[in-house]
Amino acid sequence: MTIHVKFFASLKDKLNLEDTTVEQANTAGQAWDIATDNADRPSNVLVAINLEYAQFDDTIKAGDEVAFFPPVTGG
Amino acid sequence: MTAQIIEHIFDPWQAIAKHQKAANLSQQFGATATFVGTMRDFNDNADVSAMTLEHYPAMTAHYLEKLIEEAKIKWPLLDVLIIHRVGEITPSETIMLIACWSAHRRASLDACNWLIEELKHRAPFWKKETRPDGERWVEKNTDGL
Repeated sequence: MTIHVKFFASLKDKLNLEDTTVEQANTAGQAWDIATDNADRPSNVLVAINLEYAQFDDTIKAGDEVAFFPPVTGG
Repeated sequence: MTAQIIEHIFDPWQAIAKHQKAANLSQQFGATATFVGTMRDFNDNADVSAMTLEHYPAMTAHYLEKLIEEAKIKWPLLDVLIIHRVGEITPSETIMLIACWSAHRRASLDACNWLIEELKHRAPFWKKETRPDGERWVEKNTDGL
């Protein structure tokens, strides 16, 4: 079971993580814990599963792409 | 209906004219509403000499298309064009263009306003500013006032 995990913007810099994979994660929150080695999760972090906004307790499955990022600031 | 993410400088007015001509909208539309976002040389009382726009390519493309589809459901639009820059940007360059065409003014004006706000809240772009004291990620968008 491989989950693809991505980090963007200030979160990528802070964690020094961009693209990685994790095994055996059942939720997006677990993917965070495994990928970051249980780093504290800032309260404003957003999560997307397969390009859609999601919640940290949402279930993930093999092949999913989970992304973590700070509030968006485009436009 | 078109959404583009580009890395180079563009002229929003030429882009509007080019798109309008290519879309062959003549004699159908009575209203065009546009929003052009331009980079300032200041933010939060500090000088800003440059900016880098990062994005999540697959999700950004997906969300821009999704916003256009949602706008088409909410308003009777003839066409929509969104262009958003990524990469290195300097003051006075265009960051974003939104243009909406409709038969009557209310649909294009309301859709353009809605698209700006939704893009700012949902499309995964992030700004990093270059200031005299170094680089800084922008933590949140202004409320637009």
